[in-house]
Amino acid sequence: MDRSELALVAVGGFLGATLRYLVGVAIPGTGGTLAVNVLGSFVLGAFITTVSSRRAQWLFGSGVLSSFTTYSTFAVQTAGLSMTGGLLNIGANYALGFVAAGLGIALGRRQ
Amino acid sequence: MSLTLTSALLVGLGGMAGATSRHVVDQQLVGKWSTFTVNVLGSIALGFIVTAPVGDVTATLAGTGFCGAFTTFSSFAVGVAELVDVGDYRTAAWYAFGTLLAALVGVVIGGAVGGSVG
Repeated sequence: MDRSELALVAVGGFLGATLRYLVGVAIPGTGGTLAVNVLGSFVLGAFITTVSSRRAQWLFGSGVLSSFTTYSTFAVQTAGLSMTGGLLNIGANYALGFVAAGLGIALGRRQ
Repeated sequence: MSLTLTSALLVGLGGMAGATSRHVVDQQLVGKWSTFTVNVLGSIALGFIVTAPVGDVTATLAGTGFCGAFTTFSSFAVGVAELVDVGDYRTAAWYAFGTLLAALVGVVIGGAVGGSVG
């Protein structure tokens, strides 16, 4: 393992998680989680198709972008909703998240 | 959750540990099984934290910080999009709904254990 590998992931994780917290303060509840998940999926899709540097992938891919988005908070929030609300939350995160990731990948490939 | 510098620092420190732990799992498991594993384990852990009698500091550090960063939606969504891109719709559907089912069951189990230790 590159000596700087875990350090870069750690710094990126600190930044990504803190940014997610700030979005959660600005947009509390499921809306904030949806926002980070969709935005992060789009940027990660564009990132992995344009940046090949391993160090950049550790810092921004494994670090910032993966920590900015979250599956556990999405799952816990979904479990706490009514059946209808839960299905809507799943549909919104999945549909928008997958489309955002696909758009990011497509955009990155055109560069 | 209100904005405080202490909370932001706790989330950042938890995120630092969560991201490096996820990265270590990434090096042990192949491809999408790694993302599946961290997302399910992290959902069990967060389900526990939100029902267990832990204080605000632990919830912010271990829940919002560690579990939030240990699990990832972006790698998961990119993984699904890549499967769709190559036309492997069956694996994409298994991956998407398998993760969802396992994570939700994990939240319920973690929550039941967390609630029982109160």
